[in-house]
Amino acid sequence: MTHSTRRAIAVGAGLLASALVLSACSSPASNEEGAGGGGEEELTPVSLQLQWLPQGQFAGYYAALDQGFFEDEGLDVEIIPSGGDIVPQDALVAGDVDYAIAWVPKALGSIEAGANITDIAQIFQRSGTLQVAWADSGIDSVADFEGKKIGSWGFGNEWEIFAAMAAEGLDSTTVQIITQDFNMNAFLEGDIDAAQAMTYNEYAQLLEATDPDTGELYQPEDFNVISYEEAGGAMLQDAIWADTERLESDEEYQETTVKFLKAVIKGWVYAAGDPESAADITIAEGSGWGLSHELWMVNETNKLIWPSDNGIGIIDEAAWDATVEGALSATNETGAKLITEEPPASAWTNEWIQKALDELEGEDLDLTGADFTPIDVTLTEGGA
Amino acid sequence: MTALDAPPALRRRRSPRVALTRIGIGALGILAIAAIWELYKAFGPADGVVIGDSRILPRTSDLAMPHIVDMVSRLFEPVTRADGSPPLWLEVSGAAAVTLGIAAVGWVVGLIVGVALALVMVRSRLAESSLLPWIVLSQTVPLIAFAPVVRSWGSKIEIGAFEWQDWMSVAVIASYLAFFPVAIGALRGLQSPDAIHTELMRSYAAGWWATLVKLRFPASVPYLLPALRLAAANAVVGAIVAEVSTGLRGGIGRMIVQYAGQASGDPAKSWGPIFGAIVLGLVAAGSVALIGGTLGNYRRAEVNS
Repeated sequence: MTHSTRRAIAVGAGLLASALVLSACSSPASNEEGAGGGGEEELTPVSLQLQWLPQGQFAGYYAALDQGFFEDEGLDVEIIPSGGDIVPQDALVAGDVDYAIAWVPKALGSIEAGANITDIAQIFQRSGTLQVAWADSGIDSVADFEGKKIGSWGFGNEWEIFAAMAAEGLDSTTVQIITQDFNMNAFLEGDIDAAQAMTYNEYAQLLEATDPDTGELYQPEDFNVISYEEAGGAMLQDAIWADTERLESDEEYQETTVKFLKAVIKGWVYAAGDPESAADITIAEGSGWGLSHELWMVNETNKLIWPSDNGIGIIDEAAWDATVEGALSATNETGAKLITEEPPASAWTNEWIQKALDELEGEDLDLTGADFTPIDVTLTEGGA
Repeated sequence: MTALDAPPALRRRRSPRVALTRIGIGALGILAIAAIWELYKAFGPADGVVIGDSRILPRTSDLAMPHIVDMVSRLFEPVTRADGSPPLWLEVSGAAAVTLGIAAVGWVVGLIVGVALALVMVRSRLAESSLLPWIVLSQTVPLIAFAPVVRSWGSKIEIGAFEWQDWMSVAVIASYLAFFPVAIGALRGLQSPDAIHTELMRSYAAGWWATLVKLRFPASVPYLLPALRLAAANAVVGAIVAEVSTGLRGGIGRMIVQYAGQASGDPAKSWGPIFGAIVLGLVAAGSVALIGGTLGNYRRAEVNS
């Protein structure tokens, strides 16, 4: 009897000890979370939900965090990455976060489904979506899409394809949409005729891959690149979304919004002026990309933001209307629509970003990117 | 791992030579897989094997199937070309340790919840017939629907100085997968004593608790151990998937997604975290086998659950 009791105690103690040891192992994951919240008190806690993992695409937000711009405004900002299953606008609607980054067409879909959210700053002034085909594929424009295997990541990233096809009067049900992976292998192996690629990420992945025929990296001449910005169908992308109701009635939230936007603007101005440092910041945040790829990403992201003729973040009504029109006209390969009616007027406002810009006027900041010049980035194999 | 699976009573009788042979066979198995990989890569059809519209065997290109040598040597190269970048294996091990820690927490929580549920169900027939269907049903909820909800609820929990951490959401999801085999295994184990044994206990005027401790718990061990192993595997899978789902930083799940994005330019790199996940699963199962070793006396017959 004593024997079995002792054994039971030993087993129990062993279990407990291993649990303690192992849970101690996992604590580094949690320690990272508090980054940015210094010892200072009275900071307003703010959370921002991204659409993806930390990377150069979000350099401005991380720069604002790293450079203390948020703290200067009295904000303790937590930037929350998403792995894919967390939809930023859903997290915003659920009240999990204060602000969210989302593409406009995806958010329009959510708004029609009942989400009460407002675009308060259009950070990306243009679309960075490309469709890439092989140079010898005969796919030179959207008009050649019919009957082809078109790649897309899905989850609302495909609407520019259909908007562009609708603008050309093409039948979207003839295309076969192939869901793309996290990389460009399906395209390189020939499973996709024209693959979706962001200028700042997947296009670079192609240029970092080795051509098995030559043993050298692929060159831009190897591909036909169709840009939706030029070909039509482009929709507005990364925008900052806020809770419409709180924006209307909650004065504290209104103040926080202006402060938050001011810091974000400073962050993006910083990324424009010093892309190398911005790339280092996102790598330190756990981007996981190599230096050359990260720098490419920050640089290409800058090109989507700057120049912003009316000031960074100002929503260009014409671009907004074009996005809504594209969203209304697009029908996907199964015949489904993204939205069926115009979004409410509350879907966007320049009120807060204008206030933020006005308050920053007079500081030595290039708010329109008039002097912005992109740098040249040389990609290396694997983006290392 | 396989050597540890055997009950200690049997293991003790084996000579060191037999143990060595077993290790040798294990190593041979790994070599055989490597050989099959390379042979298929060398002689398999370049376009893979396609039946109908689905490819059942992969292409043999370097993109789809890097050489074993490349994958292994990549582990010892730095992650990126940045100064002070650690070798890939170190980065992978760190991430695997984080995930193992979270999975272990999930496993322990799953163990506690599973055994508690089993006890309630053994105690009362009514509880069994009302709880069991729900326990089975719980496993049909798809993880990708479940994960954001857990995170969303978790982020609202704040009790005094305690603040919900993101890794706890992942641990909860891991425990959600882990508790199921434990609950079912423990229930079957606790109910396994024959009527003749329970009647003997009753003839001794032993109460419910005494019967539980003296009879039911020892009898449940052969059922519980395989269940614990299953739970360990589930906890690891749950932790990895939940990490991806909730976007938790630091773990192997996110590293798999991150490096998968780099697979076009650096195909061998994306296999690093996959190897890490395999080792992680082996370590988890091995740890459970160690626990099984301490309970050797009760393992008269192992039952597959």
